[in-house]
Amino acid sequence: MDQFAANISLLFQFPVVNLKIVLDGVMIGALFALAAYGLALVWGVMNVKNLAQGDFVIAGGYVCWWLSQQGIPALLGVPAAFIVMAAIGWIIYRVIICRVIDRDLFTTLLATFGLAIMMAQILNLLFGSDTQSVSLGFDTLYFMDGFIDVPIAKLIGVLMAGTLAAGVIVFMKYSRMGQAIRATAQDARAARVLGIDTDKVYAFTFSLNAAICGAAGAIIVMVWVIQPFYGITHSIRAFVIVTAAGLGNLPGVIAAGLGIGALEQYGAHIFGIGYQQAIAVLLLLIVLIVRLIQQRRVRQNLQ
Amino acid sequence: MKHKAFFYLILLVAMVAAPFVFPDFRTQLATLWLMIIVALTWDMTGGQMGYNSLGNITFYGTGMYVAAVITIGLVYDVGDYTGAAGGGIHAFSEAQYFSGMFLGMLGAGLFCAIMAVLIGYITFGLRGPYFAIGTLGVAIATGELVSNWEWVGGGQGIALPVYPGDLDTGKLLFYFLYAGTGVLLFVFLKWLYATRFGGAINAIRDDEEKAEAMGVHTLQYKLATWAMAAFFVGVAGAISAFQLIHFEPLETAYQTINLGIFMVVCVLLGGKGTLWGPVVGAILFHVFKEVTWNYLLGWQWVALGALIVATVVYFEGGVVGWLISKKPQWFHVQGKSSETVSEERP
Repeated sequence: MDQFAANISLLFQFPVVNLKIVLDGVMIGALFALAAYGLALVWGVMNVKNLAQGDFVIAGGYVCWWLSQQGIPALLGVPAAFIVMAAIGWIIYRVIICRVIDRDLFTTLLATFGLAIMMAQILNLLFGSDTQSVSLGFDTLYFMDGFIDVPIAKLIGVLMAGTLAAGVIVFMKYSRMGQAIRATAQDARAARVLGIDTDKVYAFTFSLNAAICGAAGAIIVMVWVIQPFYGITHSIRAFVIVTAAGLGNLPGVIAAGLGIGALEQYGAHIFGIGYQQAIAVLLLLIVLIVRLIQQRRVRQNLQ
Repeated sequence: MKHKAFFYLILLVAMVAAPFVFPDFRTQLATLWLMIIVALTWDMTGGQMGYNSLGNITFYGTGMYVAAVITIGLVYDVGDYTGAAGGGIHAFSEAQYFSGMFLGMLGAGLFCAIMAVLIGYITFGLRGPYFAIGTLGVAIATGELVSNWEWVGGGQGIALPVYPGDLDTGKLLFYFLYAGTGVLLFVFLKWLYATRFGGAINAIRDDEEKAEAMGVHTLQYKLATWAMAAFFVGVAGAISAFQLIHFEPLETAYQTINLGIFMVVCVLLGGKGTLWGPVVGAILFHVFKEVTWNYLLGWQWVALGALIVATVVYFEGGVVGWLISKKPQWFHVQGKSSETVSEERP
């Protein structure tokens, strides 16, 4: 307890520490937001709640890590992870997801949970259970007498995440496929009637989601660490963000992603790094309870 | 009717005889009963009431810890005991051990039932997949919190006294504790599902709004069902605590990925929403698990994930569901055979 109190008082004694924590959190939160955006996409378009989301992220990270082990520049790993994970996502859709898509929701949840277990273990067998990261070899910038350190690698990561997000948004808005995806999300039956091949749209959406996650993972391996079993925490974060922001609310997803990044950093600062997973989970419970209370109010109004 | 009683009698004899016929497999058989217990309790909410919980493991872990704290707390100070990491200074007499075990099992069951009511009061407002994710969150969060709680041993876990008699009798005792709890639970559920209570929870599964409109107090039924399930899971956890002797929070007690998901797979494999499904599924799954864990070392988790995916994707009704659709006369199902088992809900 004293430890926690001391950590909290440190925040007030040196306000600049807050700035550092928020900055760190926002930079990592941008990547959470990317994975959460993919989840919201799949959730909104095909009503599949993908619990293997975090494992896509980790798999993308390992693609990038493996390439850099082969001597290929790590920055090229991001597009490579995007492409590889798109292919894997398409295969997973064809083998598993397309068969559970119109079943009840728990079935899809459990199918993707089985997928998550499988992926985590395959990654563990292929690459071992050590934590891995890729060093880009860039300098670190210091501000405010060295209180705030910003590695250039992290800045590049945020920049790439932003570019990718912008690219996806433009694609969804203006391309033919993006329009078809949005039409299917609004009303799949009507879309079918109007000649949209919804099966193709679903396959594309799922594969796009896997690709976004893969790219996010490739950035995460450059600015943070990955490990085969970290996937579930990433999945939970994505769920927290989407549940807090609501579907189809892109600014909300970004804000919630950045917010969760910052909150987790605060939690890690106050309670210690051992509580990181617990913090992600507790945030999920808090969000669910708050949503529940909101809905209860709506329900009472109806009565 | 007569051959039905005969059938149950054979099963009862087999249950009593099993540990004597296969003395080398006593621990395995005990674990099989644990699987049957957790699968049956999971099916109470998941299959019969339509609330798919991924967090029933919370009660297993809590049961373990409550039993340990009661057993130790009756004789020593728990903080001192865990501080000494179960060193040789703390001895337990036979009477202390058995009274601790009895009270521990009872206390674990009751504590978990109360805990289920308290957690359920919040989580039962969540529907469908939100309930599953919310309960999963409860399980993970409880495990993380307990693993940071030094009074009960923190991340290192807690060690209980060893069974005072000789090892083989100990194994027999644990087998019969599990088996007794399992049989009790099965008989209880067979009776429960035939009562109005069973009808009410089935109504909640089929359409909660309509059930409420018909005058079923859904929240009370949901809480009561979960509390009953939690009671038995807590008792099973307490027995596990004494069987395993030493356990730690994340991998043994709150083993979200292991037992927490095994119980769901057992039920799905056997057939959701049927009385025999969880039992059949637990037996099949236990055999599958032992075979893959022995012969596919390293790949066993991949095999498990593949089994989950294959079961939910291609084999939704489970073994018993498939049997009901093939041989409806065995189950006294009349008329439209294939539709009686389908769990399809919008």
